Amino acid sequence: MTEPVSGAPTPPATVSVGEIFRVFLLLGATSFGGGVVAYLRSSLVGRHRWLDDTAFVEMLSISQTLPGLNATNMAVLAGDRLRGTGGALAAICGICLPGALVMFVVGVLYGHHAGRPAVGATLHGVAAAAVGLVTAVSLQIGRRSLGHLADVGFVALSILGVHGLALPVPAVLVGVGALAIWWHRPRQP
Amino acid sequence: MTRIPTLMMVFAYLSLLTFGGGMAAFPELETLTVDVYHWLTRPELIHLYSVGQTAPGPNMLMVTAIGERVGGPLGALAVVVAFLGPTALITLVIGRLWRRLEGWPWRDAVQRGLAPVSVGLILGGCISLARGALTGWVAVAIAIAVFALVLRTRINPTLLVMGGALIGLIAFVG
Repeated sequence: MTEPVSGAPTPPATVSVGEIFRVFLLLGATSFGGGVVAYLRSSLVGRHRWLDDTAFVEMLSISQTLPGLNATNMAVLAGDRLRGTGGALAAICGICLPGALVMFVVGVLYGHHAGRPAVGATLHGVAAAAVGLVTAVSLQIGRRSLGHLADVGFVALSILGVHGLALPVPAVLVGVGALAIWWHRPRQP
Repeated sequence: MTRIPTLMMVFAYLSLLTFGGGMAAFPELETLTVDVYHWLTRPELIHLYSVGQTAPGPNMLMVTAIGERVGGPLGALAVVVAFLGPTALITLVIGRLWRRLEGWPWRDAVQRGLAPVSVGLILGGCISLARGALTGWVAVAIAIAVFALVLRTRINPTLLVMGGALIGLIAFVG
């Protein structure tokens, strides 16, 4: 099922499911600010040499095409490459466990303290900062994937669909998606 | 406990919309959790989402907090499994097929076509978040400052969010 890919080195035979879990757990606990992909690259390609750069970039492009968070898709693809289904499961559990536990605790605390004015005011500030952070990170990621001027048009159409026309996200995804795929359709040489 | 199956269905559905990143599903997340099922209020959703930006790991793990608010520990677990499971399975299967699709001329078209749509959906999510979070000029100023600092400097984003928290505490109390 996980035949080695030509051009990429065969993963080191010594990587165990436990090691995969440990490395992704550490990544899940130490990566901040929506830039998990950069942390993944420096760990998997740099520090541990489990993947080469070509394999990493290809996995990233698959991750961005499919639904799912980039970080969890990358974990599944890298884990699968290293140790098959067990590796994929270990990787996604590892990378999500710390953040999920933190947010569980946040949910509990929020239930107890949300009524306090100081908490509301602080979170209002956090929310404003989050808008700036998320928009900046989205633009940084987005800029890289736009090749044609037409792509900017598809971006605008999608935004217009969701906000101007208040269409449901799936309708925009299918409608504008089909149009954009048709635009980029394979042409006969 | 009767809410658990509904929670799972909603978050499994939302996970299928996260093209390019979790933010693409935000407008639909807002509609379903706030307007349709009334699991939380709009400010609560925006608070939890924003705190989620400071948590380690993938930035949409804030869904865990929604699960906790709605159904306790079991709700949290149900939401995480429902939100991550379906796309993990899809990625596992398509990841293995990917090489075999190499000769298929539409593979590239699908990839290049979906890229701008996912960027648009993510920016659409940002607009939804901004509409809820930017309620006055202080909030707008914080957002613009963080936006510029993220693009222009290498300051750790978590520090910027903490800065926003501090300004919020001073400016919005009372």
